[in-house]
Amino acid sequence: MAYRLSFAMTALGNLLTTALDFVAILLMFSRVDALGGYGLPEIAFLYATSSTAFGLADLALGNMERLGRRVRDGTLDTLLVRPVPVLAQVAADRFALRRLGRIVQGLAVLGYAVAVLDVDWTAGKVLTVPVMVLSGAGIFCAVFLAGAAFQFLANDAAEVQNAFTYGGTTMLQYPPTVFAREMVRGVTFVLPLAFVNWLPGLYVLGRPYPLDLPRWVAFTPPLVAVACCALAGLAWRAGLRSYRSTGS
Amino acid sequence: MTTADGTGRTGGTGGTGGTGEAGGAGEALIEVDGVEKVFDVRRKTGFLRSERRRVRAVDSLSFTVRRGEMVGYIGPNGAGKSTTIKMLTGILTPSAGRLRVAGIDPSRERTRLARRIGVVFGQRTTLWWDLPLIDSYRLVHRMYRVPDARYAENLDRCVELLGLGGLLDVPVRQLSLGQRMRGDIAAALLHDPEVLYLDEPTIGLDVVSKVKVRGFLRDLNAERGTTVLLTTHDLTDIEQLCRRVMVIDHGRLMYDGPLTGLHEVGESERTLVVDFARELPPVETDAARVVRVEGPRQWLAFPAGRSAAPLVARLAAEYPVVDLSVREPDIEAVIAKMYAGQVVP
Ligand SMILES: Nc1ncnc2c1ncn2[C@@H]1O[C@H](COP(=O)(O)OP(=O)(O)OP(=O)(O)O)[C@@H](O)[C@H]1O
Ligand SMILES: [Mg+2]
Repeated sequence: MAYRLSFAMTALGNLLTTALDFVAILLMFSRVDALGGYGLPEIAFLYATSSTAFGLADLALGNMERLGRRVRDGTLDTLLVRPVPVLAQVAADRFALRRLGRIVQGLAVLGYAVAVLDVDWTAGKVLTVPVMVLSGAGIFCAVFLAGAAFQFLANDAAEVQNAFTYGGTTMLQYPPTVFAREMVRGVTFVLPLAFVNWLPGLYVLGRPYPLDLPRWVAFTPPLVAVACCALAGLAWRAGLRSYRSTGS
Repeated sequence: MTTADGTGRTGGTGGTGGTGEAGGAGEALIEVDGVEKVFDVRRKTGFLRSERRRVRAVDSLSFTVRRGEMVGYIGPNGAGKSTTIKMLTGILTPSAGRLRVAGIDPSRERTRLARRIGVVFGQRTTLWWDLPLIDSYRLVHRMYRVPDARYAENLDRCVELLGLGGLLDVPVRQLSLGQRMRGDIAAALLHDPEVLYLDEPTIGLDVVSKVKVRGFLRDLNAERGTTVLLTTHDLTDIEQLCRRVMVIDHGRLMYDGPLTGLHEVGESERTLVVDFARELPPVETDAARVVRVEGPRQWLAFPAGRSAAPLVARLAAEYPVVDLSVREPDIEAVIAKMYAGQVVP
Protein backbone atom coordinates (compact mmCIF):
# COMPACT_ATOMS: atom_id res chain seq x y z
CA MET A 1 0.00 0.00 0.00
CA ALA A 2 2.67 2.45 1.05
CA TYR A 3 4.60 1.46 -2.06
CA ARG A 4 1.60 2.11 -4.29
CA LEU A 5 1.04 5.53 -2.79
CA SER A 6 4.67 6.50 -3.13
CA PHE A 7 4.57 5.18 -6.69
CA ALA A 8 1.66 7.44 -7.56
CA MET A 9 3.31 10.39 -5.89
CA THR A 10 6.66 10.01 -7.56
CA ALA A 11 5.00 9.44 -10.92
CA LEU A 12 3.08 12.65 -10.45
CA GLY A 13 6.24 14.41 -9.32
CA ASN A 14 8.14 13.23 -12.37
CA LEU A 15 5.32 14.35 -14.59
CA LEU A 16 5.35 17.79 -13.01
CA THR A 17 9.09 18.27 -13.25
CA THR A 18 9.29 17.19 -16.87
CA ALA A 19 6.26 19.33 -17.65
CA LEU A 20 8.05 22.24 -16.04
CA ASP A 21 11.01 21.40 -18.24
CA PHE A 22 8.84 21.87 -21.26
CA VAL A 23 7.14 24.98 -19.90
CA ALA A 24 10.59 26.51 -19.45
CA ILE A 25 11.28 25.96 -23.12
CA LEU A 26 7.86 27.36 -23.91
CA LEU A 27 8.51 30.51 -21.93
CA MET A 28 11.88 31.03 -23.46
CA PHE A 29 10.32 30.50 -26.84
CA SER A 30 7.53 33.03 -26.23
CA ARG A 31 10.15 35.69 -25.48
CA VAL A 32 12.49 34.84 -28.29
CA ASP A 33 9.59 34.20 -30.65
CA ALA A 34 11.47 31.53 -32.53
CA LEU A 35 14.27 29.48 -31.04
CA GLY A 36 16.96 29.25 -33.67
CA GLY A 37 14.27 29.59 -36.31
CA TYR A 38 12.10 26.72 -35.04
CA GLY A 39 8.44 27.04 -34.12
CA LEU A 40 6.73 25.63 -31.04
CA PRO A 41 5.35 22.42 -32.64
CA GLU A 42 8.77 21.62 -34.04
CA ILE A 43 10.46 22.09 -30.69
CA ALA A 44 7.71 20.06 -29.07
CA PHE A 45 8.39 17.27 -31.55
CA LEU A 46 12.14 17.22 -30.94
CA TYR A 47 11.60 17.42 -27.22
CA ALA A 48 8.98 14.66 -27.13
CA THR A 49 10.95 12.12 -29.16
CA SER A 50 14.09 12.56 -27.08
CA SER A 51 12.13 12.56 -23.84
CA THR A 52 10.24 9.38 -24.72
CA ALA A 53 13.39 7.62 -25.86
CA PHE A 54 15.15 8.58 -22.67
CA GLY A 55 12.15 7.54 -20.62
CA LEU A 56 12.18 4.08 -22.18
CA ALA A 57 15.89 3.62 -21.54
CA ASP A 58 15.50 4.92 -18.02
CA LEU A 59 12.71 2.46 -17.39
CA ALA A 60 14.89 -0.44 -18.48
CA LEU A 61 18.31 0.50 -17.17
CA GLY A 62 17.88 3.61 -15.04
CA ASN A 63 18.67 1.46 -12.00
CA MET A 64 22.23 1.20 -13.28
CA GLU A 65 23.05 4.33 -11.32
CA ARG A 66 22.70 2.33 -8.17
CA LEU A 67 25.20 -0.18 -9.43
CA GLY A 68 28.05 2.09 -8.41
CA ARG A 69 27.14 1.65 -4.80
CA ARG A 70 26.93 -2.11 -5.22
CA VAL A 71 30.36 -2.17 -6.83
CA ARG A 72 31.86 -0.11 -4.04
CA ASP A 73 30.35 -1.95 -1.10
CA GLY A 74 30.68 -5.39 -2.67
CA THR A 75 26.99 -6.30 -2.63
CA LEU A 76 27.28 -6.98 -6.35
CA ASP A 77 28.60 -10.37 -5.15
CA THR A 78 25.07 -11.45 -4.39
CA LEU A 79 23.87 -10.72 -7.91
CA LEU A 80 26.84 -12.52 -9.40
CA VAL A 81 26.11 -15.86 -7.74
CA ARG A 82 22.61 -16.11 -9.19
CA PRO A 83 21.80 -17.84 -12.47
CA VAL A 84 20.35 -14.72 -14.09
CA PRO A 85 22.44 -12.08 -15.90
CA VAL A 86 23.29 -9.12 -13.70
CA LEU A 87 21.70 -6.70 -16.16
CA ALA A 88 18.34 -8.43 -15.92
CA GLN A 89 18.56 -8.46 -12.14
CA VAL A 90 19.45 -4.80 -11.89
CA ALA A 91 16.67 -3.86 -14.30
CA ALA A 92 14.13 -5.91 -12.37
CA ASP A 93 15.32 -4.73 -8.98
CA ARG A 94 12.52 -2.46 -7.74
CA PHE A 95 11.33 -2.21 -11.32
CA ALA A 96 10.82 1.50 -11.55
CA LEU A 97 7.30 1.76 -12.88
CA ARG A 98 7.24 5.28 -11.54
CA ARG A 99 9.59 6.20 -14.33
CA LEU A 100 6.62 5.69 -16.62
CA GLY A 101 5.83 9.34 -15.85
CA ARG A 102 8.42 10.61 -18.28
CA ILE A 103 7.26 8.27 -21.03
CA VAL A 104 3.60 9.16 -20.63
CA GLN A 105 4.41 12.83 -20.70
CA GLY A 106 6.74 12.43 -23.68
CA LEU A 107 4.08 10.57 -25.61
CA ALA A 108 1.48 13.23 -24.77
CA VAL A 109 3.69 16.02 -26.09
CA LEU A 110 4.50 13.89 -29.11
CA GLY A 111 0.77 13.49 -29.80
CA TYR A 112 0.31 17.23 -29.60
CA ALA A 113 3.27 17.91 -31.88
CA VAL A 114 2.19 15.39 -34.50
CA ALA A 115 -1.32 16.84 -34.48
CA VAL A 116 -0.29 20.46 -35.01
CA LEU A 117 2.87 19.99 -37.10
CA ASP A 118 2.56 21.26 -40.62
CA VAL A 119 4.31 18.26 -42.18
CA ASP A 120 3.58 16.24 -45.28
CA TRP A 121 3.32 12.79 -43.63
CA THR A 122 4.80 10.39 -46.15
CA ALA A 123 5.13 6.70 -45.22
CA GLY A 124 8.86 7.21 -44.65
CA LYS A 125 8.25 10.03 -42.19
CA VAL A 126 5.53 8.13 -40.34
CA LEU A 127 7.85 5.16 -39.96
CA THR A 128 10.75 7.34 -38.90
CA VAL A 129 8.98 8.49 -35.74
CA PRO A 130 8.75 5.12 -33.89
CA VAL A 131 12.12 4.08 -35.29
CA MET A 132 13.81 7.18 -34.00
CA VAL A 133 12.22 6.78 -30.59
CA LEU A 134 13.24 3.13 -30.30
CA SER A 135 16.76 3.58 -31.58
CA GLY A 136 17.07 6.58 -29.34
CA ALA A 137 16.09 4.40 -26.43
CA GLY A 138 18.73 1.88 -27.58
CA ILE A 139 21.40 4.55 -27.69
CA PHE A 140 20.48 5.85 -24.27
CA CYS A 141 20.55 2.27 -22.96
CA ALA A 142 24.05 1.93 -24.38
CA VAL A 143 25.06 5.10 -22.57
CA PHE A 144 23.62 3.80 -19.31
CA LEU A 145 25.39 0.50 -19.82
CA ALA A 146 28.71 2.11 -20.71
CA GLY A 147 28.34 4.29 -17.65
CA ALA A 148 27.73 1.21 -15.54
CA ALA A 149 30.81 -0.46 -17.03
CA PHE A 150 32.78 2.66 -16.24
CA GLN A 151 31.80 2.34 -12.60
CA PHE A 152 33.98 -0.72 -12.27
CA LEU A 153 36.99 1.41 -13.11
CA ALA A 154 36.27 4.67 -11.38
CA ASN A 155 34.64 4.18 -8.06
CA ASP A 156 32.81 7.46 -7.87
CA ALA A 157 31.62 7.53 -11.42
CA ALA A 158 27.90 7.72 -10.73
CA GLU A 159 27.94 11.49 -10.85
CA VAL A 160 29.96 11.63 -14.05
CA GLN A 161 27.50 9.35 -15.77
CA ASN A 162 24.57 11.43 -14.65
CA ALA A 163 26.11 14.56 -16.11
CA PHE A 164 26.43 12.59 -19.31
CA THR A 165 22.91 11.34 -19.77
CA TYR A 166 20.80 13.95 -18.07
CA GLY A 167 22.94 16.74 -19.49
CA GLY A 168 22.64 14.97 -22.83
CA THR A 169 18.85 15.03 -22.91
CA THR A 170 18.63 18.69 -21.99
CA MET A 171 20.89 19.56 -24.85
CA LEU A 172 18.89 17.45 -27.24
CA GLN A 173 15.76 19.29 -26.37
CA TYR A 174 17.05 22.36 -28.23
CA PRO A 175 17.46 22.56 -31.98
CA PRO A 176 21.06 22.28 -33.16
CA THR A 177 21.55 25.70 -34.70
CA VAL A 178 21.59 27.19 -31.22
CA PHE A 179 24.92 25.51 -30.58
CA ALA A 180 28.27 26.22 -32.08
CA ARG A 181 29.27 24.24 -35.11
CA GLU A 182 32.11 22.41 -33.34
CA MET A 183 29.80 21.36 -30.59
CA VAL A 184 27.36 19.90 -33.07
CA ARG A 185 30.15 18.03 -34.76
CA GLY A 186 31.23 16.62 -31.41
CA VAL A 187 27.74 15.56 -30.53
CA THR A 188 27.11 13.90 -33.88
CA PHE A 189 30.33 12.01 -34.13
CA VAL A 190 31.63 11.59 -30.63
CA LEU A 191 28.34 11.11 -28.90
CA PRO A 192 25.95 9.29 -31.16
CA LEU A 193 23.19 10.74 -29.03
CA ALA A 194 22.35 13.13 -31.87
CA PHE A 195 20.87 10.22 -33.75
CA VAL A 196 18.23 10.06 -31.10
CA ASN A 197 16.56 13.06 -32.38
CA TRP A 198 18.31 15.67 -34.48
CA LEU A 199 19.00 13.98 -37.76
CA PRO A 200 15.83 11.91 -38.13
CA GLY A 201 13.88 14.74 -36.51
CA LEU A 202 15.11 17.25 -39.01
CA TYR A 203 14.26 14.78 -41.76
CA VAL A 204 10.68 14.50 -40.52
CA LEU A 205 10.39 18.26 -40.19
CA GLY A 206 11.83 18.74 -43.67
CA ARG A 207 14.63 20.95 -42.34
CA PRO A 208 18.16 21.17 -43.70
CA TYR A 209 20.83 19.21 -41.82
CA PRO A 210 23.71 20.86 -40.07
CA LEU A 211 27.14 20.28 -41.65
CA ASP A 212 25.54 19.42 -45.02
CA LEU A 213 25.21 15.75 -44.13
CA PRO A 214 23.54 13.61 -46.80
CA ARG A 215 19.83 12.96 -46.53
CA TRP A 216 20.07 9.24 -45.83
CA VAL A 217 21.73 9.68 -42.44
CA ALA A 218 18.19 9.99 -41.11
CA PHE A 219 17.84 6.23 -41.53
CA THR A 220 21.06 5.20 -39.78
CA PRO A 221 19.90 5.45 -36.15
CA PRO A 222 18.93 1.78 -35.79
CA LEU A 223 22.37 0.73 -36.99
CA VAL A 224 24.04 3.23 -34.72
CA ALA A 225 21.92 2.01 -31.81
CA VAL A 226 22.92 -1.60 -32.43
CA ALA A 227 26.58 -0.67 -32.73
CA CYS A 228 26.46 1.39 -29.55
CA CYS A 229 24.76 -1.38 -27.63
CA ALA A 230 27.33 -3.89 -28.86
CA LEU A 231 30.22 -1.67 -27.80
CA ALA A 232 28.61 -0.92 -24.47
CA GLY A 233 27.99 -4.65 -23.99
CA LEU A 234 31.68 -5.37 -24.52
CA ALA A 235 32.62 -2.64 -22.06
CA TRP A 236 30.16 -4.09 -19.57
CA ARG A 237 31.68 -7.55 -19.87
CA ALA A 238 35.15 -6.16 -19.43
CA GLY A 239 33.92 -4.24 -16.40
CA LEU A 240 32.44 -7.35 -14.81
CA ARG A 241 35.68 -9.21 -15.32
CA SER A 242 37.60 -6.50 -13.56
CA TYR A 243 35.21 -6.46 -10.61
CA ARG A 244 37.21 -6.96 -7.43
CA SER A 245 34.56 -7.21 -4.76
CA THR A 246 35.72 -6.11 -1.31
CA GLY A 247 37.87 -7.75 1.32
CA SER A 248 36.00 -10.10 3.66
CA MET B 1 39.45 -32.91 31.83
CA THR B 2 36.26 -32.90 29.81
CA THR B 3 37.77 -30.81 27.05
CA ALA B 4 40.70 -33.15 26.86
CA ASP B 5 38.36 -36.12 26.44
CA GLY B 6 36.25 -34.30 23.83
CA THR B 7 39.19 -33.41 21.67
CA GLY B 8 40.57 -36.90 21.83
CA ARG B 9 37.36 -38.55 20.73
CA THR B 10 36.64 -36.35 17.74
CA GLY B 11 40.23 -36.56 16.64
CA GLY B 12 39.99 -40.34 16.63
CA THR B 13 36.78 -40.45 14.58
CA GLY B 14 38.28 -38.07 12.06
CA GLY B 15 41.26 -40.35 11.62
CA THR B 16 39.35 -43.55 10.91
CA GLY B 17 36.82 -41.77 8.73
CA GLY B 18 39.55 -40.12 6.70
CA THR B 19 40.94 -43.38 5.43
CA GLY B 20 37.49 -44.74 4.61
CA GLU B 21 36.68 -41.64 2.59
CA ALA B 22 39.87 -41.73 0.60
CA GLY B 23 39.05 -45.27 -0.52
CA GLY B 24 35.64 -44.45 -2.02
CA ALA B 25 36.65 -41.15 -3.62
CA GLY B 26 34.38 -39.79 -6.33
CA GLU B 27 35.27 -37.85 -9.46
CA ALA B 28 37.05 -34.52 -9.19
CA LEU B 29 34.46 -31.77 -8.85
CA ILE B 30 36.57 -28.74 -8.01
CA GLU B 31 39.91 -28.40 -9.74
CA VAL B 32 42.25 -25.56 -8.90
CA ASP B 33 45.57 -25.48 -10.69
CA GLY B 34 48.21 -22.81 -10.13
CA VAL B 35 45.62 -20.16 -9.44
CA GLU B 36 46.65 -16.63 -8.54
CA LYS B 37 44.77 -13.50 -7.66
CA VAL B 38 46.56 -10.19 -7.53
CA PHE B 39 44.87 -7.00 -6.40
CA ASP B 40 46.23 -3.65 -7.43
CA VAL B 41 45.76 -1.41 -4.48
CA ARG B 42 46.18 2.31 -4.77
CA ARG B 43 46.96 4.18 -1.64
CA LYS B 44 46.94 7.91 -1.28
CA THR B 45 50.31 9.12 -0.12
CA GLY B 46 49.71 12.81 -0.41
CA PHE B 47 47.89 15.47 -2.38
CA LEU B 48 47.22 14.07 -5.87
CA ARG B 49 49.76 11.39 -5.24
CA SER B 50 49.16 7.76 -4.86
CA GLU B 51 51.22 4.68 -4.64
CA ARG B 52 50.34 1.41 -6.34
CA ARG B 53 50.91 -1.81 -4.57
CA ARG B 54 50.18 -5.35 -5.63
CA VAL B 55 48.55 -7.62 -3.09
CA ARG B 56 48.96 -11.27 -3.92
CA ALA B 57 45.82 -12.57 -2.20
CA VAL B 58 46.11 -16.07 -3.66
CA ASP B 59 49.42 -17.44 -4.84
CA SER B 60 49.95 -20.53 -7.02
CA LEU B 61 47.16 -22.41 -5.33
CA SER B 62 46.43 -25.98 -6.45
CA PHE B 63 44.02 -28.53 -5.03
CA THR B 64 41.26 -30.91 -6.05
CA VAL B 65 38.02 -31.63 -4.24
CA ARG B 66 36.17 -34.81 -5.12
CA ARG B 67 32.43 -35.23 -5.30
CA GLY B 68 30.95 -35.87 -1.88
CA GLU B 69 33.87 -34.54 0.12
CA MET B 70 33.46 -32.09 2.95
CA VAL B 71 36.54 -29.95 3.20
CA GLY B 72 37.51 -27.38 5.80
CA TYR B 73 39.37 -24.39 4.44
CA ILE B 74 41.13 -22.52 7.18
CA GLY B 75 43.76 -19.87 7.62
CA PRO B 76 44.43 -16.65 9.49
CA ASN B 77 42.74 -13.35 8.64
CA GLY B 78 43.65 -12.14 5.19
CA ALA B 79 44.96 -15.53 4.13
CA GLY B 80 42.92 -15.57 0.92
CA LYS B 81 40.04 -17.89 1.84
CA SER B 82 37.23 -15.59 0.77
CA THR B 83 39.13 -14.65 -2.36
CA THR B 84 39.41 -18.33 -3.29
CA ILE B 85 35.69 -18.86 -2.79
CA LYS B 86 34.90 -15.80 -4.87
CA MET B 87 37.00 -17.19 -7.69
CA LEU B 88 35.30 -20.57 -7.39
CA THR B 89 31.88 -18.95 -7.75
CA GLY B 90 32.94 -16.72 -10.66
CA ILE B 91 32.62 -13.44 -8.77
CA LEU B 92 36.31 -12.75 -9.24
CA THR B 93 38.35 -13.57 -12.31
CA PRO B 94 41.68 -15.21 -11.41
CA SER B 95 44.83 -13.37 -12.48
CA ALA B 96 46.45 -16.63 -13.53
CA GLY B 97 45.92 -20.37 -13.39
CA ARG B 98 43.12 -22.75 -14.20
CA LEU B 99 39.86 -23.27 -12.32
CA ARG B 100 37.11 -25.78 -12.99
CA VAL B 101 33.97 -26.49 -11.01
CA ALA B 102 31.91 -29.36 -12.36
CA GLY B 103 33.88 -28.92 -15.58
CA ILE B 104 32.85 -25.27 -15.90
CA ASP B 105 35.18 -22.28 -15.89
CA PRO B 106 33.47 -20.15 -13.21
CA SER B 107 34.36 -16.68 -14.43
CA ARG B 108 33.51 -17.43 -18.07
CA GLU B 109 30.23 -19.24 -17.53
CA ARG B 110 29.15 -17.79 -14.26
CA THR B 111 25.39 -17.92 -14.75
CA ARG B 112 25.46 -21.50 -16.00
CA LEU B 113 27.52 -22.58 -13.03
CA ALA B 114 25.24 -20.69 -10.62
CA ARG B 115 22.50 -23.29 -11.03
CA ARG B 116 24.79 -26.02 -9.79
CA ILE B 117 26.33 -24.36 -6.76
CA GLY B 118 25.10 -22.85 -3.54
CA VAL B 119 26.92 -20.07 -1.71
CA VAL B 120 26.58 -18.71 1.79
CA PHE B 121 28.58 -15.67 2.81
CA GLY B 122 28.48 -15.29 6.55
CA GLN B 123 29.33 -11.62 6.20
CA ARG B 124 26.70 -10.78 3.66
CA THR B 125 23.21 -11.98 2.91
CA THR B 126 22.08 -13.16 -0.51
CA LEU B 127 18.45 -12.73 0.53
CA TRP B 128 16.27 -9.81 -0.48
CA TRP B 129 16.61 -7.33 2.31
CA ASP B 130 13.10 -5.87 2.24
CA LEU B 131 11.15 -9.06 1.63
CA PRO B 132 9.86 -11.61 4.09
CA LEU B 133 12.00 -14.75 4.12
CA ILE B 134 9.37 -16.81 2.33
CA ASP B 135 9.24 -14.30 -0.55
CA SER B 136 13.00 -14.56 -0.97
CA TYR B 137 12.57 -18.30 -1.24
CA ARG B 138 9.83 -17.88 -3.83
CA LEU B 139 12.13 -15.68 -5.87
CA VAL B 140 14.87 -18.30 -5.62
CA HIS B 141 12.32 -20.89 -6.70
CA ARG B 142 11.56 -18.97 -9.86
CA MET B 143 15.04 -17.75 -10.58
CA TYR B 144 16.55 -21.23 -10.43
CA ARG B 145 13.47 -22.79 -12.02
CA VAL B 146 13.25 -25.44 -9.32
CA PRO B 147 10.47 -27.97 -10.02
CA ASP B 148 7.53 -27.26 -7.68
CA ALA B 149 7.57 -30.59 -5.88
CA ARG B 150 11.32 -30.43 -5.34
CA TYR B 151 11.08 -26.89 -4.03
CA ALA B 152 8.33 -27.77 -1.58
CA GLU B 153 10.26 -30.77 -0.32
CA ASN B 154 13.53 -28.88 0.08
CA LEU B 155 11.84 -25.96 1.75
CA ASP B 156 10.01 -28.17 4.25
CA ARG B 157 13.19 -29.96 5.10
CA CYS B 158 15.19 -26.78 5.61
CA VAL B 159 12.44 -25.12 7.61
CA GLU B 160 12.22 -28.10 9.91
CA LEU B 161 15.91 -28.82 10.36
CA LEU B 162 17.06 -25.23 10.60
CA GLY B 163 14.16 -24.12 12.77
CA LEU B 164 12.86 -21.46 10.42
CA GLY B 165 9.18 -22.09 11.07
CA GLY B 166 8.40 -18.88 12.92
CA LEU B 167 10.62 -16.70 10.73
CA LEU B 168 9.16 -17.18 7.27
CA ASP B 169 6.98 -14.08 7.38
CA VAL B 170 9.60 -11.80 8.90
CA PRO B 171 11.35 -9.33 6.57
CA VAL B 172 15.01 -10.25 6.24
CA ARG B 173 16.21 -6.92 7.60
CA GLN B 174 14.45 -7.70 10.89
CA LEU B 175 16.16 -11.06 11.37
CA SER B 176 18.99 -11.40 13.85
CA LEU B 177 22.40 -12.40 12.53
CA GLY B 178 21.96 -16.04 13.49
CA GLN B 179 18.41 -16.24 12.13
CA ARG B 180 19.50 -14.64 8.89
CA MET B 181 22.39 -17.05 8.56
CA ARG B 182 20.08 -20.04 8.85
CA GLY B 183 17.78 -18.37 6.35
CA ASP B 184 20.71 -17.92 3.98
CA ILE B 185 21.77 -21.54 4.29
CA ALA B 186 18.26 -22.67 3.37
CA ALA B 187 18.17 -20.29 0.39
CA ALA B 188 21.42 -21.72 -0.91
CA LEU B 189 20.05 -25.26 -0.89
CA LEU B 190 16.58 -24.96 -2.43
CA HIS B 191 17.87 -25.78 -5.90
CA ASP B 192 19.80 -28.91 -4.89
CA PRO B 193 23.30 -27.61 -5.59
CA GLU B 194 26.08 -30.11 -6.17
CA VAL B 195 28.59 -27.97 -4.33
CA LEU B 196 27.98 -25.77 -1.34
CA TYR B 197 30.49 -23.07 -0.44
CA LEU B 198 30.21 -21.71 3.05
CA ASP B 199 32.29 -18.69 3.99
CA GLU B 200 32.16 -18.50 7.78
CA PRO B 201 28.67 -19.95 8.15
CA THR B 202 28.76 -20.20 11.93
CA ILE B 203 29.84 -16.61 12.57
CA GLY B 204 27.51 -15.11 15.14
CA LEU B 205 25.58 -18.29 15.85
CA ASP B 206 24.75 -19.27 19.41
CA VAL B 207 25.69 -22.69 20.73
CA VAL B 208 22.32 -24.27 19.96
CA SER B 209 22.21 -22.87 16.44
CA LYS B 210 25.75 -24.00 15.77
CA VAL B 211 24.87 -27.54 16.73
CA LYS B 212 21.78 -27.34 14.53
CA VAL B 213 23.68 -26.02 11.53
CA ARG B 214 26.48 -28.53 11.88
CA GLY B 215 24.04 -31.41 12.15
CA PHE B 216 22.20 -30.12 9.13
CA LEU B 217 25.36 -29.87 7.04
CA ARG B 218 26.52 -33.31 8.10
CA ASP B 219 23.21 -34.84 7.04
CA LEU B 220 23.23 -32.93 3.80
CA ASN B 221 26.64 -34.30 2.97
CA ALA B 222 25.84 -37.83 4.08
CA GLU B 223 22.36 -38.18 2.58
CA ARG B 224 22.53 -36.09 -0.56
CA GLY B 225 26.23 -36.35 -1.20
CA THR B 226 26.52 -32.58 -1.52
CA THR B 227 30.15 -31.51 -1.72
CA VAL B 228 30.94 -28.89 0.88
CA LEU B 229 33.80 -26.41 1.11
CA LEU B 230 33.74 -24.54 4.38
CA THR B 231 35.81 -21.70 5.78
CA THR B 232 35.63 -20.88 9.44
CA HIS B 233 37.57 -19.57 12.37
CA ASP B 234 35.77 -21.96 14.70
CA LEU B 235 37.85 -25.10 14.65
CA THR B 236 35.10 -27.06 16.30
CA ASP B 237 33.21 -26.76 13.01
CA ILE B 238 36.10 -28.41 11.26
CA GLU B 239 36.61 -31.06 13.91
CA GLN B 240 32.98 -32.06 13.80
CA LEU B 241 32.40 -31.86 10.06
CA CYS B 242 35.49 -32.23 7.97
CA ARG B 243 37.79 -35.14 7.49
CA ARG B 244 40.01 -33.12 5.29
CA VAL B 245 41.40 -29.69 5.98
CA MET B 246 43.31 -27.27 3.85
CA VAL B 247 45.31 -24.60 5.60
CA ILE B 248 46.15 -21.49 3.62
CA ASP B 249 48.34 -18.61 4.63
CA HIS B 250 49.45 -15.62 2.60
CA GLY B 251 47.60 -17.12 -0.33
CA ARG B 252 49.60 -20.35 -0.29
CA LEU B 253 48.43 -23.79 0.64
CA MET B 254 50.37 -24.83 3.74
CA TYR B 255 48.68 -28.11 4.50
CA ASP B 256 46.18 -30.39 2.79
CA GLY B 257 45.20 -33.64 4.46
CA PRO B 258 43.28 -35.23 7.30
CA LEU B 259 42.71 -33.16 10.39
CA THR B 260 44.68 -35.60 12.54
CA GLY B 261 47.69 -35.22 10.28
CA LEU B 262 47.97 -31.61 11.35
CA HIS B 263 49.39 -32.82 14.64
CA GLU B 264 52.39 -34.31 12.92
CA VAL B 265 52.98 -31.27 10.80
CA GLY B 266 52.55 -29.00 13.79
CA GLU B 267 54.89 -31.17 15.91
CA SER B 268 52.18 -31.23 18.51
CA GLU B 269 52.56 -32.68 21.95
CA ARG B 270 50.31 -34.47 24.37
CA THR B 271 50.39 -33.52 27.98
CA LEU B 272 50.52 -35.84 30.94
CA VAL B 273 49.15 -34.23 34.07
CA VAL B 274 50.45 -35.93 37.20
CA ASP B 275 49.36 -35.39 40.78
CA PHE B 276 52.07 -36.43 43.21
CA ALA B 277 51.54 -37.12 46.91
CA ARG B 278 53.56 -34.05 47.82
CA GLU B 279 55.39 -31.16 46.22
CA LEU B 280 58.38 -32.37 44.26
CA PRO B 281 61.07 -30.72 42.16
CA PRO B 282 60.37 -31.09 38.40
CA VAL B 283 60.80 -34.75 37.50
CA GLU B 284 63.79 -35.60 35.36
CA THR B 285 63.20 -37.82 32.36
CA ASP B 286 64.28 -37.67 28.73
CA ALA B 287 60.92 -39.05 27.56
CA ALA B 288 59.12 -35.81 28.39
CA ARG B 289 59.74 -32.27 29.53
CA VAL B 290 58.07 -30.54 32.40
CA VAL B 291 56.16 -27.52 31.14
CA ARG B 292 54.48 -26.43 34.34
CA VAL B 293 54.60 -27.11 38.07
CA GLU B 294 51.86 -26.11 40.50
CA GLY B 295 52.17 -27.48 44.00
CA PRO B 296 52.11 -31.27 43.83
CA ARG B 297 50.79 -31.19 40.23
CA GLN B 298 53.11 -31.26 37.21
CA TRP B 299 52.49 -31.03 33.48
CA LEU B 300 54.72 -33.16 31.26
CA ALA B 301 54.73 -32.69 27.50
CA PHE B 302 55.71 -35.54 25.19
CA PRO B 303 55.42 -36.04 21.39
CA ALA B 304 51.85 -36.78 20.30
CA GLY B 305 52.91 -39.78 18.27
CA ARG B 306 54.48 -41.65 21.20
CA SER B 307 52.67 -43.90 23.65
CA ALA B 308 52.14 -42.61 27.18
CA ALA B 309 52.46 -46.06 28.77
CA PRO B 310 56.27 -46.26 29.32
CA LEU B 311 56.30 -42.78 30.75
CA VAL B 312 53.42 -43.53 33.10
CA ALA B 313 55.04 -46.78 34.20
CA ARG B 314 58.31 -45.09 35.01
CA LEU B 315 56.70 -42.29 36.92
CA ALA B 316 54.56 -44.70 38.92
CA ALA B 317 57.62 -46.77 39.76
CA GLU B 318 59.86 -43.89 40.80
CA TYR B 319 57.51 -41.32 42.32
CA PRO B 320 54.54 -41.29 44.68
CA VAL B 321 51.87 -40.79 42.03
CA VAL B 322 48.31 -40.11 43.27
CA ASP B 323 46.52 -39.48 39.99
CA LEU B 324 47.23 -38.83 36.33
CA SER B 325 45.51 -37.98 33.09
CA VAL B 326 46.52 -37.45 29.48
CA ARG B 327 45.47 -34.37 27.54
CA GLU B 328 45.21 -34.67 23.80
CA PRO B 329 46.89 -31.96 21.78
CA ASP B 330 44.73 -28.95 21.29
CA ILE B 331 44.05 -28.45 17.60
CA GLU B 332 43.76 -24.71 18.13
CA ALA B 333 47.22 -24.61 19.61
CA VAL B 334 48.57 -26.61 16.69
CA ILE B 335 47.02 -24.27 14.17
CA ALA B 336 48.03 -21.16 16.05
CA LYS B 337 51.59 -22.48 16.02
CA MET B 338 51.30 -23.13 12.33
CA TYR B 339 49.98 -19.64 11.56
CA ALA B 340 52.64 -18.03 13.69
CA GLY B 341 55.44 -20.06 12.14
CA GLN B 342 54.59 -18.95 8.63
CA VAL B 343 54.91 -15.23 9.06
CA VAL B 344 56.41 -13.91 5.86
CA PRO B 345 57.31 -10.23 5.87
N1 LIG C 1 38.73 -6.15 -3.15
C1 LIG C 1 39.97 -6.18 -2.67
N2 LIG C 1 40.84 -5.21 -2.98
C2 LIG C 1 42.08 -5.24 -2.51
N3 LIG C 1 42.58 -6.21 -1.72
C3 LIG C 1 41.77 -7.21 -1.37
C4 LIG C 1 40.43 -7.25 -1.83
N4 LIG C 1 39.84 -8.37 -1.34
C5 LIG C 1 40.78 -8.98 -0.60
N5 LIG C 1 41.95 -8.29 -0.62
C6 LIG C 1 43.19 -8.68 0.06
O1 LIG C 1 43.45 -10.02 -0.23
C7 LIG C 1 43.91 -10.72 0.92
C8 LIG C 1 43.02 -11.92 1.18
O2 LIG C 1 41.73 -11.51 1.58
P1 LIG C 1 40.56 -12.54 1.90
O3 LIG C 1 39.34 -11.74 2.10
O4 LIG C 1 40.54 -13.59 0.87
O5 LIG C 1 41.04 -13.15 3.28
P2 LIG C 1 40.33 -14.25 4.19
O6 LIG C 1 41.21 -15.42 4.21
O7 LIG C 1 38.93 -14.44 3.77
O8 LIG C 1 40.40 -13.54 5.60
P3 LIG C 1 39.34 -13.51 6.81
O9 LIG C 1 39.58 -14.70 7.61
O10 LIG C 1 39.72 -12.28 7.54
O11 LIG C 1 37.97 -13.45 6.20
C9 LIG C 1 43.93 -9.71 2.03
O12 LIG C 1 45.26 -9.27 2.18
C10 LIG C 1 43.07 -8.58 1.56
O13 LIG C 1 43.56 -7.36 2.02
MG1 LIG D 1 37.02 -14.05 4.59
